[in-house]
Amino acid sequence: MKKRIDTINLFYVPALVLFALFVIYPFFKGVYLSFTNWNGYSRSFKMIGLKNYVNLFKDKNVHRAFANTLVYGVGSTVIQNALGVLLAVFLNKKFRGRSLVRTVIYLPVMIAPLIMGYVMYFFFNYNRGAINDVLKLFGAAPVDWLASGNRAVFILTLVNSLQFVGISMVIYLAGLQNIPSMYYEAAEIDGIGVKQRFFYITLPLLMPAITSSVTLNLIGGLKLFDVISALTGGGPGYDTHSLSTLIHKYYFGGERAGYASAIGLVFFVFIMFVSNIVVKALQRRQVEL
Amino acid sequence: MRDIPLKRRGVFVSSLLRIPVVLVILAVFLSPFWILATISFKPVSDVSSYWKFPSSPTFANFATAISKAGIFGAIGRTAIITVSVVVLEVVVSSFAAYPLARKCSRFNRVVQAFILGVMMVPPLSILVSLYSVIVDMHGVNSYWAVILVLLTYQLPQGIFLYTNFIRSIPRALDEAATIDGCGPAKTFFHIILPQLTPVTASVVILSSVNCWNDFQFSRYILQAARMNTVTLSISQFFSQTYIDLNTAAACAMLAIVPVVVCFLSLQKYFIQGMIDSSVK
Repeated sequence: MKKRIDTINLFYVPALVLFALFVIYPFFKGVYLSFTNWNGYSRSFKMIGLKNYVNLFKDKNVHRAFANTLVYGVGSTVIQNALGVLLAVFLNKKFRGRSLVRTVIYLPVMIAPLIMGYVMYFFFNYNRGAINDVLKLFGAAPVDWLASGNRAVFILTLVNSLQFVGISMVIYLAGLQNIPSMYYEAAEIDGIGVKQRFFYITLPLLMPAITSSVTLNLIGGLKLFDVISALTGGGPGYDTHSLSTLIHKYYFGGERAGYASAIGLVFFVFIMFVSNIVVKALQRRQVEL
Repeated sequence: MRDIPLKRRGVFVSSLLRIPVVLVILAVFLSPFWILATISFKPVSDVSSYWKFPSSPTFANFATAISKAGIFGAIGRTAIITVSVVVLEVVVSSFAAYPLARKCSRFNRVVQAFILGVMMVPPLSILVSLYSVIVDMHGVNSYWAVILVLLTYQLPQGIFLYTNFIRSIPRALDEAATIDGCGPAKTFFHIILPQLTPVTASVVILSSVNCWNDFQFSRYILQAARMNTVTLSISQFFSQTYIDLNTAAACAMLAIVPVVVCFLSLQKYFIQGMIDSSVK
């Protein structure tokens, strides 16, 4: 029996070898590099202790990127889930053209976020942008959408949310279809209103769907990279950088590999921490219900 | 008695309201595709609004995209990478899922927690060292490096899907096979493997979309122009020539058409795959 366990475990050796090579080893190498002043290519570099970590807590760009990453993560999660539930409730009723609407909402999920970012340039561009065209049609002055950092961060969050809202919608539709109709029938007999029906029946029973949708959106938003590099490249200045794009910028643009490594590790720990808290909190709610 | 007409009126109003809502949804979600199409069919000289489809559409932008940006070569390379990653992922992750689903020892639970943890890792956080590891392996500009790295970061999702699925296959089948003298390998290939088709469809679909659209890994590993993938050649085209946006749009059109066609024809499987991967 003992021997059988050993042979069966051989099946995951290929996967573990890959993880060891491309996840675990780079992780520890990253820990080592974060204590050095390596520039990314030279053979000689030296240990500088905790200096990188001290610096990153004083670096305004890191603060900004950190705050932006939180906005991208939390903002996308809020928008996608609120909109996702609404769309799912709306599209759960039968009407003609319903499946077409679902398809159209899900379609952008297929497109590379990088391409979506470039397409959005055609929308938010100052001179010929499609949105300013619409504004002009109504006689309003054109707006330079991406010139203000805060507004650009909001736009990026919105673009990411709308592109991937289809995922939340699909998860919630599946969740809604799993709610037995007898609850609604009972509510109807008791004469309960639409609002109460949503808050006392639909929402609590959607908890498993909410957990998966929130987790997926949060992880996706905190990792945001492609759409930022396509639409703003982190600008104006350093205002729209996420931690991902900032690490890229410091490593390849600034030749500060050791420092970028330190930021990466703090980022890593931060994501693990946030994701774990959120997942645990949501799961606890599920058990209570 | 008064209730009934009121209720009917409610239904009538809500279905009237539905039409504008549907129109707004269609406008918001289709406009990116519409704008991309109008720009890619417009001659550079046409400076009318992006919303307006040109009266005499031109294919010149597409010709430039094919000859200058070499978009077909890029599509070919992306296809090679995507197919290799997907095939390897199906093999490696179904293998890995089998012991994890069947043997719940403490060590296997640790392995499983670790694999789920990898799903959350933002690849950019270990970019510096991952890239230097690839440089040390002489993997820059090679297919194998990008394939293995993409594979590694796709694996957790595959393992997760296969583990959940194999758990739902009755254990009695395994036991019957053992009694008949099958070892774990034989049991896997003869009993488990033939049943994995539905979940394999989900794995294939989810990871092909991810590989096809990948930018953050290929950007570092494939630096030479001769190794450009779809996203890389589009990003280069956009960043080099912000003047000739029409050709850039044509490039983007050519890149998304295969994906859109695939999605529209296999929609059911795409959505099922998404649901499978999210429900625990």
